[in-house]
Amino acid sequence: MALKLYGAALSPCTSRVMTCLHEKEADFELVPVDLFAGEHKQLPFLAKNPFGQIPALEDGDLSLFESRAIAAYVAEKFKETGNDLIRHQSLKEAAEVKVWMEVESQQYHPAISPIIFQFFAAPLQGYAPDQAIIDENTEKLGKVLDVYEDKLGRTKYLAGDFYSLADLFHLSFTYYFMKTPCAHLINERPHVKAWWEDISSRPAFQKVASAMNFGEKGN
Amino acid sequence: MATPVKVHGPPLSTAVSRVLACLIEKDVPFQLIPVNMAKGEHKSPDFLKIQPFGQVPAFQDEATSLFESRAICRYICEKYPEKGNKGLYGTNPLAKASIDQWVEAEGQSFNPPSSVLVFQLAFAPRMKLKQDPSLISQNEAKLEKVLDVYDKRLGESRFLAGDDFSLADLSHLPNAHYLVNAAERGELFTSKKNVERWWGEISSRDSWKKVVDMQKQAT
Repeated sequence: MALKLYGAALSPCTSRVMTCLHEKEADFELVPVDLFAGEHKQLPFLAKNPFGQIPALEDGDLSLFESRAIAAYVAEKFKETGNDLIRHQSLKEAAEVKVWMEVESQQYHPAISPIIFQFFAAPLQGYAPDQAIIDENTEKLGKVLDVYEDKLGRTKYLAGDFYSLADLFHLSFTYYFMKTPCAHLINERPHVKAWWEDISSRPAFQKVASAMNFGEKGN
Repeated sequence: MATPVKVHGPPLSTAVSRVLACLIEKDVPFQLIPVNMAKGEHKSPDFLKIQPFGQVPAFQDEATSLFESRAICRYICEKYPEKGNKGLYGTNPLAKASIDQWVEAEGQSFNPPSSVLVFQLAFAPRMKLKQDPSLISQNEAKLEKVLDVYDKRLGESRFLAGDDFSLADLSHLPNAHYLVNAAERGELFTSKKNVERWWGEISSRDSWKKVVDMQKQAT
């Protein structure tokens, strides 16, 4: 029975899960949630995620929210097929993946997310991007990326010389980030830039990237 | 006898105490190695080798060196499944997924506003730093909304992820403890019937009491 993913193709959190599903060659159905109509803030969606956020996953009787938890569940459920994202055969490698998944969650995301909000969401709410917020967060993000630059000079990917869920977690928000005037933060760091070009060119991500067109004409 | 695991950092740190609570729940012996943050030891070149973001905790288990408290906790549970509280991270993939979902909710929804409040209300005065009243009120409002969701959930379920205490509940202990005991924000928890019941249960666990003792001894 196929998995059902409730979300929106242009949403970075929904894309995070879809990229993982594609890497695992798992069958799924994307059930669109109409954000502009506020569908995510009402029943029946609210029963799937009481925080009123997309995405949510249904797998038989299991219902899950939080894109990182959903992706981790998918990676584990399908660990024997598709690309190995969690290195479950090595406790040490699996632990490294866990570390860098949390780095994305606790260091990278809090710095990059407000920048994307300012460039993409604020205009929709009638505000010009707030330069003070952008500056504060580009400074934070720069410091995080300095650590990444050093790490990626020593290993090909974040958790080691293997692509993993930790790298995947960065894809969708960074994709939007690269459309902003702040993209130079990635481009001016050679190892980070090479890593970005590598992971964003993976077929599983290419499948979802083209639909991530929030804010472009007609969307 | 195997070398005990090492945790680097002060027990007063919320992230360090998260790891200590997990180790004690799992009955895994450990050695706590002090890090003098007042003297900037966490930013020293030697420390940055084990935690490149210059934060506590850092963690070592023989040849495995990790950071990010939630990653460390998951690792501990997976490395020592038969020790201590065997169900802390679930005993099957469905239970684990539900726990991960609520650890993510803690990390993405509970932690940001509660961390700001803990810093502003508990740490800043003791460090003689100026408080920011608008930051305080913004984050109180955010945390209220999160706890409203928790109150509904905890009316349906004894603990966040189900009938048993799990890593998801444990993850909340450090910040909630300071909010109740050092920031005079106990009302956030006591004003909601189910949250109050849950807080009473999780904070009276033996493992958490031991962590609180360690924190008291450190002052």
